[in-house]
Amino acid sequence: MADTESLLETPLGGLHRALGGRMVGFAGYAMPVQYPAGIMAEHLHCRGAAALFDVSHMGQAEILGEGAAAALEQLTPADVQGLKPGRQRYALLTTMLGGIFDDCMVANLGDRLFLVVNAGRKAEDFALIGAALPPGLRLNVLADRALLALQGPAAEAVIAPLAPALAALSFMGVARAEIGGIPVLASRSGYTGEDGFEISVAADQAEALARLLLAQPGVQPAGLGARDSLRLEAGLCLYGSDIDETTSPVEAALTWSIGKRRRTEWNFPGAERVREELANGPRRLRVGLKPEGRQPARAHTPIQAADGSTVGEVTSGGFGPSLNGPMAMGYVDRALAEDGTALDLMVRGKALPARIAPTPFVPHRYKR
Amino acid sequence: MPETRFTKDHEWVRQDGDAVTIGITDHAQNALGDVVFVDLPEVGREVAAGEACAVVESVKAASDVYAPVAGTVVEVNGALAADPALINREPTAGGWFFKLAPKDAAEIAVLMDEDAYARFVESEA
Repeated sequence: MADTESLLETPLGGLHRALGGRMVGFAGYAMPVQYPAGIMAEHLHCRGAAALFDVSHMGQAEILGEGAAAALEQLTPADVQGLKPGRQRYALLTTMLGGIFDDCMVANLGDRLFLVVNAGRKAEDFALIGAALPPGLRLNVLADRALLALQGPAAEAVIAPLAPALAALSFMGVARAEIGGIPVLASRSGYTGEDGFEISVAADQAEALARLLLAQPGVQPAGLGARDSLRLEAGLCLYGSDIDETTSPVEAALTWSIGKRRRTEWNFPGAERVREELANGPRRLRVGLKPEGRQPARAHTPIQAADGSTVGEVTSGGFGPSLNGPMAMGYVDRALAEDGTALDLMVRGKALPARIAPTPFVPHRYKR
Repeated sequence: MPETRFTKDHEWVRQDGDAVTIGITDHAQNALGDVVFVDLPEVGREVAAGEACAVVESVKAASDVYAPVAGTVVEVNGALAADPALINREPTAGGWFFKLAPKDAAEIAVLMDEDAYARFVESEA
């Protein structure tokens, strides 16, 4: 068991314990990996109704001042300047060598940019961004805000009577609103493949908001365990496992996050490598993998070709409760990345037959 | 009913005629969560005490199951392939893992009894 004493608490730590959450250390925070219902039930409830996650460990910040979008484009290949007010976009921060420094969400709030970054990278991200801003621009780290994710097909029906303006958002829309009198900043997005909302709220009102949402019909709490199996079924990357400073956006099959204009300017960090890989193909590619039978293959499982040569490694793997079977993602040599290619996953020294499979493993159900 | 003994790795062991039946405790299944797959040893395999010889996979993680005593695997629980959740529902009955013909039955007696195991679990909490 992890020592949870030296860990940071989110504003919902007390609520997690009151709900019977099993607390574990994650990115320096004490977080619920599951509640008494268990990962399987929490996962299925999210796909069937609505689940509430505490993701307050993630980093939130805003960039203020004229030219914020152009300034952020110094660090990312995403089209930030083309992002319309009230819209959010997935963005990669890239390194000079074309690796991925972090992945994040960036929203245009009209008078500022709003960022949500990974918990395990927030200190590094904010240092990087702060140092890159020219005079007149300011990074404001929002350490006093919590973040809740309400995810699942019932999320809209839950939000509609409380905040009609939020229910009217389409996927990746962002708006300020009040939920039960509590001011929030919400986006129609998430990390589960389902419709839903990520809701930023002042830390001192987070528990009241969480309790209000949990009191709505169809809403149950879900922990990090279900969050991980949901995002893997949805084919979404976990920073530090599936993507990191060694993987490029092209290898990670995240080229869609590179703006069209940016592919003519080539003025983002690591553009040289990205340009070369787009032209000639990367050495390896991130792919989905479906093992035969029921046995999961976990992260770091070696991937072998039929001739016994090692051609890659699993970066995330587990059992998909909605898929009702095992699933994984990992990197393989580009020549073997075609859907349907048969490979062996070497689980505890034994070959587990698998095939390259398209992701998402479970179809997305975003509200476009 | 024969007495059940316990290991620090949270296996239970029960004398069953000439063989001993082995599974994981209720505490262990609860900590693991929903079991989705079990990798069982081959019948006929000789195992040493403390040797990893089965793997139990939950949604979240894979965990080894160890042979509590030395012996030869004589039977595995075939029902677990189709219904691994038996381990969650009936950890100390229908959710058993495998049976060993022990090399030395006296090895069993030195394992923890129920009270000692309960104290051990508490000390780990």
